[in-house]
Amino acid sequence: MEKLEPEVALGRSFEKVNAILEKHGYDSTNLIAILQEIQEEYRYLPEEILTYVATALRVSPAYVYGVATFYAQFSLKPKGKHIIRVCDGTACHVKGSEKVLKAVREYLGLREGENTTPDLLFTVETVACIGACALAPVMAVDNEVFGPMDEERARQIIEEIEKRSEVS
Amino acid sequence: MKFATRSDLEEYIGSLKKQQQEQRVLVCMGTGCLAKGAEAVYRRFAEVLAREGLEVSLALEREDVTEQHFALCSTGCMGICETGPRVRVEPHGIQYLRVRPDDVEEIVEETLKKGNIVYRLVQSEVLPDGRVQHWPLIKDDPFYRKQVRLVLRNCGTIDPENLDEYLARDGYLALAKVLTEMTPEDVIGEIMKSGLRGRGGGGFPTGRKWQFARMVKADKKYVICNGDEGDPGAFMNRCLMEGDPHAVLEGLVIAGYAIGAQEGYIYVRAEYPLAVKRLRKAIQDAYQAGLLGENILGTGFCFDIRIKEGAGAFVCGEETALIASIEGKRGMPNPRPPYPAQKGLFGKPTVINNVETLANVPAIILYGAEWFRSFGTATSPGTKTFALTGKVKNTGLVEVPMGITLRELIFDVGGGIQNGKRFKAVQIGGPSGGCLPEAFLDLPVDYDSLCGAGAIMGSGGLVVLDEDTCIVEVARFFMSFTQSESCGKCVPCREGTKHMLNILQKIVDGKATLEDLALLEETALVVKDASLCGLGKTAPNPVLTTLRYFRDEYIDHVVHKVCPAQVCQAMREFWIDPEKCRTCGKCARVCPVSCISGRPKVPYVIDQAKCIKCGSCFEACPFDAIVIKWRRKGNA
Repeated sequence: MEKLEPEVALGRSFEKVNAILEKHGYDSTNLIAILQEIQEEYRYLPEEILTYVATALRVSPAYVYGVATFYAQFSLKPKGKHIIRVCDGTACHVKGSEKVLKAVREYLGLREGENTTPDLLFTVETVACIGACALAPVMAVDNEVFGPMDEERARQIIEEIEKRSEVS
Repeated sequence: MKFATRSDLEEYIGSLKKQQQEQRVLVCMGTGCLAKGAEAVYRRFAEVLAREGLEVSLALEREDVTEQHFALCSTGCMGICETGPRVRVEPHGIQYLRVRPDDVEEIVEETLKKGNIVYRLVQSEVLPDGRVQHWPLIKDDPFYRKQVRLVLRNCGTIDPENLDEYLARDGYLALAKVLTEMTPEDVIGEIMKSGLRGRGGGGFPTGRKWQFARMVKADKKYVICNGDEGDPGAFMNRCLMEGDPHAVLEGLVIAGYAIGAQEGYIYVRAEYPLAVKRLRKAIQDAYQAGLLGENILGTGFCFDIRIKEGAGAFVCGEETALIASIEGKRGMPNPRPPYPAQKGLFGKPTVINNVETLANVPAIILYGAEWFRSFGTATSPGTKTFALTGKVKNTGLVEVPMGITLRELIFDVGGGIQNGKRFKAVQIGGPSGGCLPEAFLDLPVDYDSLCGAGAIMGSGGLVVLDEDTCIVEVARFFMSFTQSESCGKCVPCREGTKHMLNILQKIVDGKATLEDLALLEETALVVKDASLCGLGKTAPNPVLTTLRYFRDEYIDHVVHKVCPAQVCQAMREFWIDPEKCRTCGKCARVCPVSCISGRPKVPYVIDQAKCIKCGSCFEACPFDAIVIKWRRKGNA
């Protein structure tokens, strides 16, 4: 499994940030898209990069920080390699999404307030609606949607991903 | 192929229609069916058809094909997502459900080659007398019978990633007509006459919105397609963007022409990656065909479309917040006036329309306002798409004429309640809407009737609740959603939703009093009146409607500490069955509040006054000696 060392990562691929900024024409109206692409690259938004982006776009760091903290998609803490999103939309909620979430968190051994496993393999999030309500309750792992879920299937899916990661 | 003029386009469409392959195998590739493995089914079909030499491309001269040749087509959502992956064989209209890759050989052998139906894969129902009723043909299926598919006319029928498919169904002819025959005023007049109202939920007349923006003089104007479908329990717009992206684009260009804009944005929420992918492909294809960009169809009209992806904020569905988000700012709403039609994106006049509203536009232009008005009711013409979910048998995407009753929608189209349970309520309009009880089942579904009942049309989320759903818990659920999505700009919404959530939490925890209930109602009314934007103004609706129609259930929780639906964990009691207890003491050791006592040979006992209903003892007991009793009224 690749390990994320922020300092190393920063030094190595600052040029990637530049490329992203370049692609968006250093235009602050594209800030959200810029941050999305940076997060895609680093799996989170390192603070140093936020400041760098602010300078490059000629806006205040507070402005960039404000946007980064406003939207649920952005994370200022490192996220896992795989993002598990358990849907807690209305349809999923009435069909028992809480049990699925509990099973997933228990399986990964996450304590209260923790969303990412210490080995940075998984991050667990809840989302308000994935829009696959007909399959409720659903869970998405990195944009792949699974449903209908129960505790057992959720565990199986994570187990499979764990196995795949060990191999690679 | 780049179309230089309208006649170019018409000629091409004419030739496409002659060539189009009618013998098709359609495999649904909506998000629902993909999650159930539709891709493997599609691949298997491709293999088997190629092996048998039966596959032809979608557009091919008809003389070359025999009756056994079929074109394979991946489509957008067909409707009943729960029974996916779905496959339809045209022109017969035979539909198969829950198709697995292993079933493909049989479908090819029986249906494609011999025209027989594979009965084990068709929609069926066991009748009360024990007979099994099959609905192999789509036209007979009760799920589709009461539906009218105007907006979804192409969804589930065409390949959304293939422009020719859309063109063959008269795609972009409405745009051609608008650009060559109609003035912007004509377009607005036609939309006004059609009575089309905003499908995002508010129901504001679309023609009037366009007219306001048309009248404002400015050097630049914008149109925005609002695809930030954030209501939990709603996915109609996702299906539309995934299943028929060109219809949305065409509607957006027409809107641009009508108000005098040359730039359009489509704002899609981040949770819909497939919709973004298909829209991007559609935009690229439209540019290549000369249907977007400079000098469209040689008329001199120019129009550009950009996609903006959201980043996960429900409030961005509100138009002023959406504008802020497109500008790259925090998605916080602004007071209106000035309305976006006067001062919107980058300070310029802007029209924001919902995905479904725009997808209605090409058909209205092509077939006329009169035709459109022949569907629906006088004040709410046309149809509405709904995401029918929850405890209903046929969950999925539906489109019905306005004015249909909730009963028809839930029991005829939806097939009634799952597992023979009793209907309790229908939640319509998501976190801004309300819960309507059985007494409202015969209410016609249109903007004004729903508003009168305290709910709203909303964007089309319709969640059916049965007797096992606790209404108070549902209200708490919605409040926790709006509370966490409140942007925090105005005090009534920021603080009010927090307080309401606290009170609702107290109620489901069995700790509330009647004073709390009164305070909840009062707070709800203040938040409704005083909030800045639509999110706050409508956030109390789920609470207010449930208080209005299900007050007894609140009273049960508050006064009797009883949850009739047996959902709220605090309303349970744990007892130890003395017959089964082997006095091992495991339960006493795990109890976090030490409320279980006993000693060897004497059955253990739980002190009900101290018990916090955590359930640890229940899980720990190796002899199933611990029983859960739900409190009932009278025996508390």
